[in-house]
Amino acid sequence: MLIIGAGECGARAALALRDGGYDGPVTLVGHEPHLPYERPPLSKDAMVSETEPGPKLVCEQQVFADRRIDCVTGARAISIDRATRSVALADGRTLTYDKLLLATGAMPRQLSLPGADGSRCAYLRTHDDALRIRGAVKPGSHIAILGGGFIGLEIAASARKRGADVTVIEALPRILTRGVPEEIARIIDARHRDEGVTLACGKGVSALRETTSTIEAALSDGSSVAADLLIIGIGAVPVTDLAQKAGLAIENGIAVDDRLRTSDPDIYAAGDCCSFPLAIYGGRRVRLECWRNAQDQGALAARNLLGAGDSTTAVPWFWSDQYDLTLQIAGLPDEGKRAVRRDLSESAFILFHLANDGRLVAASGIAQGNAVAKDIRLAEMLIARGAKPDPAALAQPQVKLKSLLAA
Amino acid sequence: MSNSWVEACAAGDVEEEDVIRFDHGGRTFAIYRSPDDEYFATDGLCTHEQVHLADGLVMDEIIECPKHNGRFNYKTGEAKGAPVCVNLKIYPVKVEAGKVFVQLS
Repeated sequence: MLIIGAGECGARAALALRDGGYDGPVTLVGHEPHLPYERPPLSKDAMVSETEPGPKLVCEQQVFADRRIDCVTGARAISIDRATRSVALADGRTLTYDKLLLATGAMPRQLSLPGADGSRCAYLRTHDDALRIRGAVKPGSHIAILGGGFIGLEIAASARKRGADVTVIEALPRILTRGVPEEIARIIDARHRDEGVTLACGKGVSALRETTSTIEAALSDGSSVAADLLIIGIGAVPVTDLAQKAGLAIENGIAVDDRLRTSDPDIYAAGDCCSFPLAIYGGRRVRLECWRNAQDQGALAARNLLGAGDSTTAVPWFWSDQYDLTLQIAGLPDEGKRAVRRDLSESAFILFHLANDGRLVAASGIAQGNAVAKDIRLAEMLIARGAKPDPAALAQPQVKLKSLLAA
Repeated sequence: MSNSWVEACAAGDVEEEDVIRFDHGGRTFAIYRSPDDEYFATDGLCTHEQVHLADGLVMDEIIECPKHNGRFNYKTGEAKGAPVCVNLKIYPVKVEAGKVFVQLS
C-alpha cells in the first residue's frame, strides 16, 4: 500500500490500514521535511506561543515504527505509471504499489500580480511557512493580510495577540462570504474591529510595490496599505498535477466516487485534494478543506483499500478560533432556504438552516469558548439522518436537541 | 489527604447522559451521569489539546471532545480513536445523601 501525501489525511490512512488488520507493507511519502503534523495550530498556537514551536505531530516516530509504517519525508512524487503500478520520486527512486492512495492536499491559491512572489509576501500552508510569518509578527510590526477568510482572520487574531498592527483587505463586501452566514460573520467582523484590526472590505489589490523596508499594496479605491509583510490568504487549490498527468478524472480536485475511488480502481484519493459526491445533499459534488474531513476520509479510504466498500456518509464540519470566539459549522449552510435562531446565552447562538421541505441541512454556531459544541454535534446527527425537526423546538433553548434526536 | 473524598456537586446538578465541570485544588475534572443513572469522574481536559470535556457531548458511555471530536469511554478512560491516543485518567465516585463525591489521588 502506497500513500502519497503525508498530511493529516495520509497519516490517518496509514494508521487505519494497520487498525484494519492489514499486515503488508505501508509506505507514506511526503515532500515536507517533517513527519505528519496537524495544520490547525499553524494560524493560531504556532503564531502566539512564547517560544518557537515544533510541528504538532500526528504521532511520534516511534508509533510509525511500531506499526511498521515507512514514512518517507522530503520526497516529492513526480509521476504515476499506472501500467507498472509504480510512482517515481524526484530523487530517482521508484516505489511500486498494489493500491495507491493520493492524499496530496491543497496549496494556497497564488495571487497573480507582479511582485506577489517577493520576499515580503507570504502564504500559510506549512509549518515552515508559519515560522516565517511568526518571525515577522511582533509588537509594532505592521502586517497586511489579503483575504478575509478563515486563514486570514485567524492570522489577524494571532497577530493582534502578539501586538502587531493588522490590516485585512477583502475584495468582497464582507468577510467570510463563503460558507458563513452573514449574521455570524457580522459578530466576527465587529470583534476584529474591537480588537483594533483595520478591516478594508470591498477593496481589491491592484498592484504591489516593494521597497527596501516595506511592501505597499495599492487598493482598487485608490488608497494603499504599507506593511512589513503581506500575507496572502485567498483560498486553496487542490494538488492534482500528479493525478492529472496520470490521466485520472479531475473535477475541482481529483474526482472520486462515494467510496473515494478515482477513475482507476486501484487508485483512491482523499482529503483536500479530491471532490466527492455528498450523499446527504443528493450527491452534490463537493471538495472540503478541513481537518476532520481529512481524518475521516483518510480512515474511510484505508477501509476501502482493504475492500470494505463503504460509502462516505459524513456531514461536513469545521471550526475556527479567533480571540476567545469559536465558530462551528455542521453541514453546508448554502443548502438552506431559511434559518431558525436559537440563543443559548447572550454570547452564544446557533442558526439552524432548513431546506424547503423542512429538512435540517446545516447548523452554524458562534460563542465564547465551546458553548455551541454540544448542540452543533447533535445538529450534525440530525442532519445525517435527514431529520425534519420542528422549527419552534429548534428556536427554544430549553428544548433539548437530544430529545429531537430520539424522536 | 492524598486519597480523600471530595464533594463535587449535588447529584441533581448533572443531567442524565451529561457532564459538568468540577474544579478543585487548581485542577479541573469532569463529572458524568450515565443513561442508567450512575456517576463517573475523569480529568477535565482532553488529552489531545487541553480542551474542557464538560463542553462536549455525552452519548451512552462516550464523551466526545467539543473541539476535535476525540472520544473517550468515561467509565474506563479509554481513548476511542483519532485524534486522541492517550487515555483519560478516571477517579472513583460515590453518591451519598444526594451528593457526588470524587476520590482524588
